[in-house]
Amino acid sequence: MAGTVAPATTRAAARTADQAPAPGRRLKGGRGAFWLFVTPFLVGLLLFVYLPIVWSAVLSFFNAQGTVWPTEFVGLANYATMLTDPAFINSLITFTVFAVLIVPITFALSLAMAVIVNRVRVAKAFFRSAFFIPTACSYVVASLIWKMSIFNGVRYGLANQVLRFFGFEPVAWLSTLDPPTYWIVIVTVRLWLQSGFYMILFLAALQNINPELYEAAYVDGAKPGWKIFRDITFPLLRPTSVSVLLLSLIAAYQAFDEFYNLLRTAEYARPPLVYLYNLALGTQQNFGLGSAGALILAAIIAIITVIQGRIFGFDRAED
Amino acid sequence: MANASAFTRRRLLGGALGAAALGTLAACGSNSGTGSQTGGGGGGSASSVALSQWYHQYGEAGTQEAAKKYAAAYTDAKVTIQWIPGDYDAKLTSGLSSGSGPDAFEGHLSRSLVASGQIVALDDLIADVKDDYDPSDLVSSSIDGKLYALPMIIDPQMIYFSKEALSAKGITAIATVDDLISAAAELTSGDVKGLFAGNTANVDLGGMQGPAIFSTGGTFLTEDKKVGFDVAKVSDVLVKLRTLAQSKSLLLGNDTDWWDPTALNDGLCAMQWQGMWAVPGMAEVLGDDGIGAFPFPAANATDGKPAVVKGGWQAFVNAKSAHVDEAKAFTKWLWVDNLEDQEDWCLNYGFHIPPRKSLAAKAEKLQSGVAAESVKLNTDHGIANSPEWTPAMQTALSDAVTRIIGKNADPEKELNAAVKKINSELAKIG
Repeated sequence: MAGTVAPATTRAAARTADQAPAPGRRLKGGRGAFWLFVTPFLVGLLLFVYLPIVWSAVLSFFNAQGTVWPTEFVGLANYATMLTDPAFINSLITFTVFAVLIVPITFALSLAMAVIVNRVRVAKAFFRSAFFIPTACSYVVASLIWKMSIFNGVRYGLANQVLRFFGFEPVAWLSTLDPPTYWIVIVTVRLWLQSGFYMILFLAALQNINPELYEAAYVDGAKPGWKIFRDITFPLLRPTSVSVLLLSLIAAYQAFDEFYNLLRTAEYARPPLVYLYNLALGTQQNFGLGSAGALILAAIIAIITVIQGRIFGFDRAED
Repeated sequence: MANASAFTRRRLLGGALGAAALGTLAACGSNSGTGSQTGGGGGGSASSVALSQWYHQYGEAGTQEAAKKYAAAYTDAKVTIQWIPGDYDAKLTSGLSSGSGPDAFEGHLSRSLVASGQIVALDDLIADVKDDYDPSDLVSSSIDGKLYALPMIIDPQMIYFSKEALSAKGITAIATVDDLISAAAELTSGDVKGLFAGNTANVDLGGMQGPAIFSTGGTFLTEDKKVGFDVAKVSDVLVKLRTLAQSKSLLLGNDTDWWDPTALNDGLCAMQWQGMWAVPGMAEVLGDDGIGAFPFPAANATDGKPAVVKGGWQAFVNAKSAHVDEAKAFTKWLWVDNLEDQEDWCLNYGFHIPPRKSLAAKAEKLQSGVAAESVKLNTDHGIANSPEWTPAMQTALSDAVTRIIGKNADPEKELNAAVKKINSELAKIG
């Protein structure tokens, strides 16, 4: 950024010094170019992002079932309904369980993979790619593979074949609530899909650590291993660690694909987005309730993100 | 697409039991099926009108081609078929609300379609042949006395079984839910499970949610729009079915769900909750003599009632179509007048009961074997859904059942909460 700003400033200064005849014209041309480039995105942003948000806010105050042009104003009734709807509250609990499972596991796994790949002497590029490739896979495709092939509930599912080898009964992975084996399916599919991406972030950060620090530590008597990792590597990864935690939490908030494709709208594994989808865009078409729920959810996400920022000191992470 | 049976969904008439997990992608087909918007804008000859017609994805081979063939034979408009895999109802409802919906379509009547002005009344289409329909079919196709849906096909759903498996265990009669539970346990051995009712039936009962209620002598809603079941009786049967759910005699997590006959055909289960549409598919593998059928058994021997779900599909005309009259004319041509194509649709792929009584009477394929048995059981025990039963009510009931069966929740407490929610939905209708 600095690189592009500096010459422009210099040019402007030069123009002023030369008493350039038509600085206004040039500026106008610049403005034209600005709008030329910005307008398509701005229009798209307004039309497809801000307008729906505003419209959604409007709908949340109306009885809007099966129509987005409602006429019956209901005040805060939709908000009251959503906040007292046990199914919506349950969906928030489902999400919380999901976040508690997926965020730390993703963090630990991607960090571990990064450290290992970073230490590998041969075929580093191969391992890096091999771990990263799942990121390119679609959630829908992966969910179907998980559902129909790996965690198929009948005896010829891969996981059940393994259990059978050890003499266990087949497990109906997606519909066993006690113990809740469906979490294994849901968590592992996302873990497989996203860990490689976070691994790359950690890997980049690891390679940015000045090797002299390790050398100095070695000179001071620290042996390579856990102690070095704990006292040097991990603290230096702080900005990346904070980013990974935030990004994976936000991604968890947006969870929809794997839940919907693995379990449709099953009562026991229905995160807020799946519930709201079913309410507003599924067969119920209740846009009023759905919008109220979406805005409540947005408020919750905003609050939690602010709190998380305070706790982890996202602003200080750049230090 | 040719071998699409694994990805098909079948739906109860009006009931949103599709809430059960499906092995299909979310509906994500193209949105290009709105022929009406590009159709001849006023004044042109009738044949220049373009209509679009939507179907859910039927599983039987040849159905899509048949639908296209019927449409192509219609001369008064150019009809384009959209064959929609995945979550048909969600795609349809969003298509209708957003104005990108079809001109004519199949679906399940629900009051919300009428309340939001999305469908037109079709009384005039059957005025000449009204007597040829079963009055109960017309009731379940009407709201406030107006016919909004044309019965297209009737799909009885019940329990089909392998005769060989049952006779090997000496099981002859399954009259009560207790009989069903013990039969399922007896029929379970090694790699064969006793009963398949859906991939997550151990938590939500799969296809048996409605039947569980009907087996107590109840219905979802009464004719005067009140909750039609007794909470105490339904609680009792759900407690029984909870033991079935936990008994390890249910087939779970299969590749295809209950509406596909593969599980029974492959010997993964001995009995399967299934629709009559699958009879040809089952007979092909097990032989027509190899399969039998019985209704969902009575909740108990004293005041319970056996139940068959009388499902099916209905034809509609989109009120927001640019060519309502043309779409009505096409719908009348295909689903009222055109007995030949109706017969083809009902008998040459999966089996369905034709709603026209005259046609059903001469449907030879439905007059022998297990198909005839299915038709008779439907006549004796069939319970059609009420169009007043909305998806919101279904979600409330389905969630309650899931908590009772899957999470051991207190049945009366959960059902009372569901009833409260259903009543609040009913209050909105007034």
